[in-house]
Amino acid sequence: MGRAVSANKAGPLRVRLRVQNGGRSVKIGTPKELFEGENRVAMTPESALQLQKLGHDCVIESGAGMAAGFADAAYKDAGVEVVKTAAALWKAADVVAKVRVPSDAEMKRLRDGQTLISFFSPVADEAKMSQAADLGATVVAMEMIPRISRAQKMDALSSMANIAGYRAVIEAGNNFGRFFTGQITAAGKVPPAKVLVVGAGVAGLAAIGTSTSLGAITYAFDVRPEVAEQVESMGAEFVYLDFEEEQQDGSASGGYASVSSPEFREAQLAKFRELAPEVDIVITTALIPNREAPELWTEDMVKAMKPGSVIVDLAAEKGGNCKLTVADEKIVTDNGVTIIGYTDFPSRMATQASTLYATNIRHLMTDLTPEKDGVINHNMDDDVIRGATIAHGKAVTFPPPPPKVAAIAAAPKKDKPKELTREEKAAQELAAFKTQTRNQVSLLAIGGALLLAVGLVAPASFMQHFIVFVLAVFVGFQVIWGVAHSLHTPLMAVTNAISSIIILGALMQLGSSAGIVVILAALSVFMCGINIFGGFLVTRRMLAMFQKS
Amino acid sequence: MEFGFTTAAYVVAAVLFILSLGGLSGQESAKRAVWYGIAGMGLAVLATLIGPGSGLWILSVVLVAAGGAIGYQLATRVQMTQMPELVAAMHSLVGLAAVFVGFNAHFEIANVQETLLNPNYDVSQFGTFAALIAKKTAVEINILRVELFLGIFIGAVTFTGSVIAYGKLAGRVNSSAAKLPGGHILNASAAGLSVICLIWYFSTGGFFPLFVMTLCALFIGYHLIMGIGGADMPVVVSMLNSYSGWAAAAIGFSLGNDLLIVVGALVGSSGAILSYIMCKAMNRSFVSVILGGFGGPAGEQMAVEGEQIAIEADGVATALNEADSVIIIPGYGMAVAQAQQAVSELVKKLRAQGKNVRFAIHPVAGRLPGHMNVLLAEAKVPYDIVMEMDEINDDFPSTDVAIVIGSNDIVNPAAQDDPNSPIAGMPVLECWKAKTVFVSKRGQGTGYSGIENPLFFKENTRMFYGDAKASLDKLLPLID
Repeated sequence: MGRAVSANKAGPLRVRLRVQNGGRSVKIGTPKELFEGENRVAMTPESALQLQKLGHDCVIESGAGMAAGFADAAYKDAGVEVVKTAAALWKAADVVAKVRVPSDAEMKRLRDGQTLISFFSPVADEAKMSQAADLGATVVAMEMIPRISRAQKMDALSSMANIAGYRAVIEAGNNFGRFFTGQITAAGKVPPAKVLVVGAGVAGLAAIGTSTSLGAITYAFDVRPEVAEQVESMGAEFVYLDFEEEQQDGSASGGYASVSSPEFREAQLAKFRELAPEVDIVITTALIPNREAPELWTEDMVKAMKPGSVIVDLAAEKGGNCKLTVADEKIVTDNGVTIIGYTDFPSRMATQASTLYATNIRHLMTDLTPEKDGVINHNMDDDVIRGATIAHGKAVTFPPPPPKVAAIAAAPKKDKPKELTREEKAAQELAAFKTQTRNQVSLLAIGGALLLAVGLVAPASFMQHFIVFVLAVFVGFQVIWGVAHSLHTPLMAVTNAISSIIILGALMQLGSSAGIVVILAALSVFMCGINIFGGFLVTRRMLAMFQKS
Repeated sequence: MEFGFTTAAYVVAAVLFILSLGGLSGQESAKRAVWYGIAGMGLAVLATLIGPGSGLWILSVVLVAAGGAIGYQLATRVQMTQMPELVAAMHSLVGLAAVFVGFNAHFEIANVQETLLNPNYDVSQFGTFAALIAKKTAVEINILRVELFLGIFIGAVTFTGSVIAYGKLAGRVNSSAAKLPGGHILNASAAGLSVICLIWYFSTGGFFPLFVMTLCALFIGYHLIMGIGGADMPVVVSMLNSYSGWAAAAIGFSLGNDLLIVVGALVGSSGAILSYIMCKAMNRSFVSVILGGFGGPAGEQMAVEGEQIAIEADGVATALNEADSVIIIPGYGMAVAQAQQAVSELVKKLRAQGKNVRFAIHPVAGRLPGHMNVLLAEAKVPYDIVMEMDEINDDFPSTDVAIVIGSNDIVNPAAQDDPNSPIAGMPVLECWKAKTVFVSKRGQGTGYSGIENPLFFKENTRMFYGDAKASLDKLLPLID
């Protein structure tokens, strides 16, 4: 269906496409992942439907979605062309979207003018990056999507980290011999598990959320103090250090943590040493971009932990936050502590991970197809696209220029309002009372003086009325302040009606002997009649409408 | 006093009027209070007819009845969205009546003085008012002249001002601010001429200066209100309300009638307070509103970054179905689109799902103080979920969805963020603190003040373009 729509819509555009792509429309293809144990897939039937709405055609290698729970038939139903071999797919697709960095075999299939979207570390895979650039292919590295709000929807690192954080808690629970939540049962009391999450990034927060909702007492630590609020909002306790240092604002480095000073590290490790004997589960997620993972959970801390405790090291791929971690393996230390160093948490939840990853890709394609007409506009002036593109137009385009927009506005230094002592408060209130009194008294004095001044010159008959007038204004001010805001319109209508009291004057003049006076007075009486009835009736109508629920 | 009964009735009437205004402090007591007002008015008119105004009482009754019939028709037929027009039109009638009564007083004075010159005059032939004048000394007559001069002046300004305000509100006069070349100098010179006329009139007592002054006052009323834009109408209408009261009070002085003075003062102060509240809600001084237009911006205004992101009805429906708490911010656009019934339907559906739905009303939303409250009440929205700005502003951060329907400047974050904005410092509804904001708006234009609204460019704002009523009608079936 999507294809039919795009064909109809693209009438004149089709011509442009043909010129650009040698007579074919843009095809987005996803091959089967070759990496051992990788279950994810970069396109789902759902995302394919959305891609077709952008005017693209989709193609997938047979069996690519099998491991993630998406059958070929489901893709076919979504209008995706299914091809038998990887070779045919790479040949057919103008844009190849995949998960893992392409293998050497795949790099050979990459051709001039083709766009590759995948995880692609420009540091670790530098050779492949220059190879792709030499070929004339465009490479968009999902790792390199800048961390700005607009690009969150394509931030695959975050969506994968979210899954990793969740899965880390599940894996830990799987290897932990006790309940997470404390229980008092007929068979005895069970204390709640204590979980420490180190690093409150996306993965860390996901882990905190999962852990607290399972009922564990959760502690969390991060070098960026500004995340304490987020941590606490998820129901965990933030571990503060007794350390006085002007801490670097995390937003200066694009929202990621940066390297901390040796003194700070010492204070941090001392705190962890203190916590180690208490906690049952430690989940470490501390990563610094383009660096080895910092060592945060030392050997002596592992030794201090109780037997049966579990450590999940989400930084295992980058060397691990714990030196004992073995990447992709689960080990048990001599004192009975399990250390899990799996690096494929997202792949262990392939259906969920694929859905999110495919959606990230789809959002990226939406930005690459601004007109939704099936024409790809690789706009290198766009911060997000520029940032993520590492090879384009036969040149390596890494590293990108720094983004124009700061990722997160630097947190303004907050001066906490000083707690007032009781004396200060009392003094303030007294001062406020005094000014109020002074204002009121001076107003009264001025008003009184004015009144007296008028009284000195005006005749007594005038003063009689004047006193009435002043009193009425005073009463009016007292009464009107109490009127509810919501009744201002009825107030206007009713004051309108009663200001027609002027009818009294007209009525009195109606008895005059002069003809013109009678005519004018009659007109006035007539108009006031309209106003009185109209005003009161409309007020009544309005007030009757105000109903309580 | 010959009319002891009348005076007693006036005292009772004055008390009843005070009670009827005081009763407006709550929705339920207001329903009773309006009857106090009606009783007070009935008593006052009756007492006058029996007592001092008994001259042509049959004619009086006929005229009042005829006026009443028209008033009844107006009151029952008027749409609630037309309330501002109705109120403005009624102000103009009070103003005109004040002018007529003032002229009459002048004629009577001339009459009485002429008669007094005649040695064979007979006091008994005078009407009630004339008899009063006949007793006055020369100083008192002079004061009387000043009073009726003021009454006519204020009445005339109120009359043309209200007619123009009516025209603008009803869409018969272009509602944008327009001034004749010369601007406020014209107003100032007209006012100056009026002062000269006062001195002239004071010394001669002739009709001509009175007439010239009336023309000047009519011009001032016309030109002043022409120069004020549509969104400042809440201030204008409440100001005219105030003027109509002062006019009545001034006439009361010249007629020596205390009830007129009391009621005039009540209405005058009521309108003044309303104007004050409205001005405060816009963070503008009364003078700057009346002189029209916004003060020039103090410097470079903050550039607005980002883009307006549009959304369709299904997206809004999804968000609403998932939300727990919703705040709706109606503005004049809702009244223009007649969307209040659709809004009420939406609220009913959402509340039936157990969601916390409330309304946030800015004091200057709409074209009349309290306009939105009346519209929502007409659409059967219960008043206890309709909140004032101060009551609800702190609740936005814990709100899932805020819906802005046809309002603009009252939700403009520039008032807080940009010290150079023309509306800097104006209290606004902080709807952008809600998780998601939907803005129902006809197009991408700026508001009445011509100020770009950064709210529309915020990350959590989605623009729901289209006529408010049509948009809501599309949305309603999608809410489950």
